Order: sequence, then C-alpha cells, then structure tokens
Amino acid sequence: MNRLKLLALQMLVMIVCLGIWHVVTVYPLFGETKTIQFFFSTPIDVLARTFKQLTGSDIYYHLGITLTETVLAFVIGSAAGILFGFTFARNDLLAAVFDPYIKAANALPRVVLAPIFALWFGLGIWSKVALGFTLVFFIVFFNVYQGVREVSPTVLANARMLGMNGRQLFRHVYWPSALTWMFSSLHTSVGFALVGAVVGEYLGSSAGLGYKIHEAESVFDVTGVFAGMLILAIFVIAIDSVVTLVEKRLLVWRPGQSSTTTT
Amino acid sequence: MDLQQRPPFETGQGVSATASPVAVRLSGLDITFHIGDQRYKAVTGIDLAVSAGEFVSVVGPTGCGKSTLLNAAAGLLTPSAGKVEIFGKPLSGLNARAGYLFQADALMPWKTALQNVAVALEPMGVPAAEANERAREWLGRVGLRAFVDRYPHMLSGGQRKRVALAQMLIRNPEILLMDEPFGPLDAQTRQIMGNLLLDLWSKDRKALIFVTHDLEEAIALSDRVVVMSAGPAAGIVADYKVPLPRPRDIAEIRLEKAFHEIHRDIWASLKVEVQKAYAMGEGKELVEGSNR
Repeated sequence: MNRLKLLALQMLVMIVCLGIWHVVTVYPLFGETKTIQFFFSTPIDVLARTFKQLTGSDIYYHLGITLTETVLAFVIGSAAGILFGFTFARNDLLAAVFDPYIKAANALPRVVLAPIFALWFGLGIWSKVALGFTLVFFIVFFNVYQGVREVSPTVLANARMLGMNGRQLFRHVYWPSALTWMFSSLHTSVGFALVGAVVGEYLGSSAGLGYKIHEAESVFDVTGVFAGMLILAIFVIAIDSVVTLVEKRLLVWRPGQSSTTTT
Repeated sequence: MDLQQRPPFETGQGVSATASPVAVRLSGLDITFHIGDQRYKAVTGIDLAVSAGEFVSVVGPTGCGKSTLLNAAAGLLTPSAGKVEIFGKPLSGLNARAGYLFQADALMPWKTALQNVAVALEPMGVPAAEANERAREWLGRVGLRAFVDRYPHMLSGGQRKRVALAQMLIRNPEILLMDEPFGPLDAQTRQIMGNLLLDLWSKDRKALIFVTHDLEEAIALSDRVVVMSAGPAAGIVADYKVPLPRPRDIAEIRLEKAFHEIHRDIWASLKVEVQKAYAMGEGKELVEGSNR
C-alpha cells in the first residue's frame, strides 16, 4: 500500500469518529443536546478551546512545569537505575539478597505512593518527580541488569583475550551492552516519566498539565478536560518523536531498527 | 623515551636457532567439567608441544574437546590436572602472549570495523590516533580498506572474520589460537580465507594451533595434524607431519598426489574416531559446530 492511500485511510478514521461525535452531540437524536453536550462536549468546541489555549501563553507555563518534572524524573531515575543495575549485575550476593524486595517494590502500583510523596516532598514539582522516578527506575534497572548479564560470552572472552582490564571491559563491553538495553526501553521509560508527572499533578498540585485537567474536571468543564487531553496527546507525540530521533542516532550499529512500544 | 624491551627468547632474524623454542606445551592435561552434580571428563592425558613457527591443526569428531584444548592453552579454562607451559613458563590466568580467533562472532557489535581493530591496541597503551592509523593499515591488509566504517552487522560472515583476524593480528601475539574460525563460512569463502591466513601467517610464522573438523582444510594449511579421539575423555591418538612444500595454494594443493596420500593415512585413524563418536551419539544430540 502506498503512503498516500494509507494517509487517506487514517484521515478517514479520524473524520468518521469526529463526525459521529459531532452528529450525536449537536443534533437531538438521543435527547436534549444541552444534557449531552454537558457530558460529551462537541468536537468543534474542543478544537476551538485547544486552539485558544495553544495560542495563549498560560498553557506553556503548565507544559513547561510538566516537561521539567518529566525530564527530572527520567534523568534521576535513569541514573539511579544504571548505577543499581550495574552494581547488582556484577554482584551476585547483593542481587540474591535484594531480589524479593525489588520484586515486591516493583509489583506495588506506584500511584498509591503519590499521597505519601505529596506529604514528604510537598505539592511542588518534587513529589511528581519522585513518583516518576519510582516508575522509571525499575524499567532502567531491570534493563541495565539484563544488559550486563547478557553480554555475549564470546564477545567478553574475546575482549579479555585482547588483554582488556576491568576498566576497559566496562568501557568497551559492559557499558555499551547495558546502554543498548536501556535505549531499547527508552520509549517506555520516557512515557512512564510523563505518566508519573501528570498523575502526580492530577492528584495534587498548583501547576502542570495534570493540574489543568483536574481543574477543568472539578468545575464539570468537559470541554476543558478534552482540550487538556488533546494537548497532552500532542505533547506526548512530540516527546516520543524526539526520543525516536535520539534512539536512531544512538543505535545506528544495530541491525534492523526494532522500534519499541510506547505505554 | 623508554622503549619496551624485547623478551630475551626472541632470537633475531639471521640467527639460525638449532631448534625453535616450544611455544605451547600441554603435558598430562585433564579437563573435567562440573554440570550440576554431574562430572564430565572432556579430555584426558593430553600431551602436545607446538614450536614457535609451527602450524598445527587439531582434528577430531564433533564434541571431542578440541575447543577445550584450545581454551586451556588460552587460559580461558583451568585444567583439572596437568600443566600448560607457554615458552617454558607455567601459565597462570589468561595467556597474554596468545591471540584467539573464535568460531562465533566475537566482534563488538557497537563498534565499527575500524574501532574494533583499533581497540585491540588500547590495552597495550597505544595512543588513539596511532591505533586508528595502524588499524586502518591492518584492515587494508585483510582486504577491507573500503569497509572500515561499517558496523559488524553490515558485513558478510567472511568480512567479519577478516576484521576478527586483523583485530587479533594487530597485537602481534606470539601464539595464535583458532577455534574452527572458518566453520560458519561457505566453501568458497573458506578457501579464500584459508589462503589469506596462510599469506599473513607466512610473513612472520607464529606458533599456530588451528582447530577444525575439516581434515582437508587441516592438511592444506598445516605443518602437523593432530588427531583426537572421540569424547568423553578424549585424548590424542595420532600426530602426522604434513611434508607438503610452502607456499601453498589451498585450492590447488588438494589436487596433488602427496596430498591424497597424507589424507588417506590420517583419515584412516580419524575415521575410527568419527564412527565411535556417531555410535555414542546415537539418540543423543549431536550438533555440528555447537561445541564452543
């Protein structure tokens, strides 16, 4: 199938969906339009609101906050994940001792920690960063751990036969291998950093995209909720395409670019 | 500037040494693997001496412990009994004077051909710029001048082996160990690689132990062919000299009468072992080339 045809079909899906939404909410098919619009808004209203917000300046302040939280959660979570992943992969005893605790911590739904973090770190950005951190950390940790463990024994033996010492093995073999695994989960971990930020904001804050959505919801402004969701979606796609770009650059040596799934 | 001193045993050119020093000596070697509670004796009572400048092939049925032998000489495996001596000194830890060419892909996939070869000089303290320069030269020598910036996955199997060969030889090791290096390649590529190897080796004749299951390849390349018995508890059953003149062409030498005579002799003893291995292997998994 050629690109144009595919694009046309993709557009068609959107137009059909929006069309149904429009018809159902604007014409009194299922009762009074006012009631229906209260619950579902209309596509034109949502688009108009989204456009108005995107052309205003207020939304960029909130986007900036959310972006800061996401980046901080991702950077700190990745750094800690790499550090612990390496330490545990190179130390069997440590890995064995902490194994049940790590599994238990990872099994816990992280959202329940949000109130605790709000209590500990206040309602500013750091409680959201903490929530994102707990999500990112485990993904990076498990991937780095796996990456170090699954270094090809032949590549390792070869590097050792070339006379590499511990530091050189780390630099040329373990580190690139671990990074490969980490990058292969880049979409997932960036996605989770964003989830942490938005959910944290939603549960209690005074700024950010999650706050905007929560604010609209608390005054039953469905149009505002949908507009917030749409902006969030655009934001996620923008971040994801940046990640794809970074991934392409970093994993140039890999055969057949395998894309990872987004959460 | 402090130049690195050459080891005293290296006799200079022109000095006619009465006998080459023994580069690798395995004596009374036993290697036992522990797999869970089970013990598996891979090789036993191995006595083998390879002189400097000698090209020795080790042939034997699949799974007879040829690679095990090589790993012991490389220091990747510690023998359960017996001694490994490198130029008269007992080996402890990895064999720093040996280069190893693996059967499986051993290049770092995240480095280009050039980086893979240049990195081999880093442990020797060669500055990066000089390492790159020398790596480029070596890649040229193995016929990959145009492929220096390719990553391993962009190269063919034969090209990857050439990079691995350059990576091993750039360090100028005194002993070369090769574990069925051309095993995964197709027949034509094998011949080309064989000729390339002989060409490179004949320039400064290092001690070379070449493990293969291909008897023709072994004869065509080597000065000596050592036959191992079927495993478990494999040993050396025969040791043949190959009195064919050098330089040789792998493809052409196979057509000579002398080649056929040697082949007939060695095959006579190898055949017995291969048959034994198959008799034992019946009902058991017997995968060619999986004995890493």
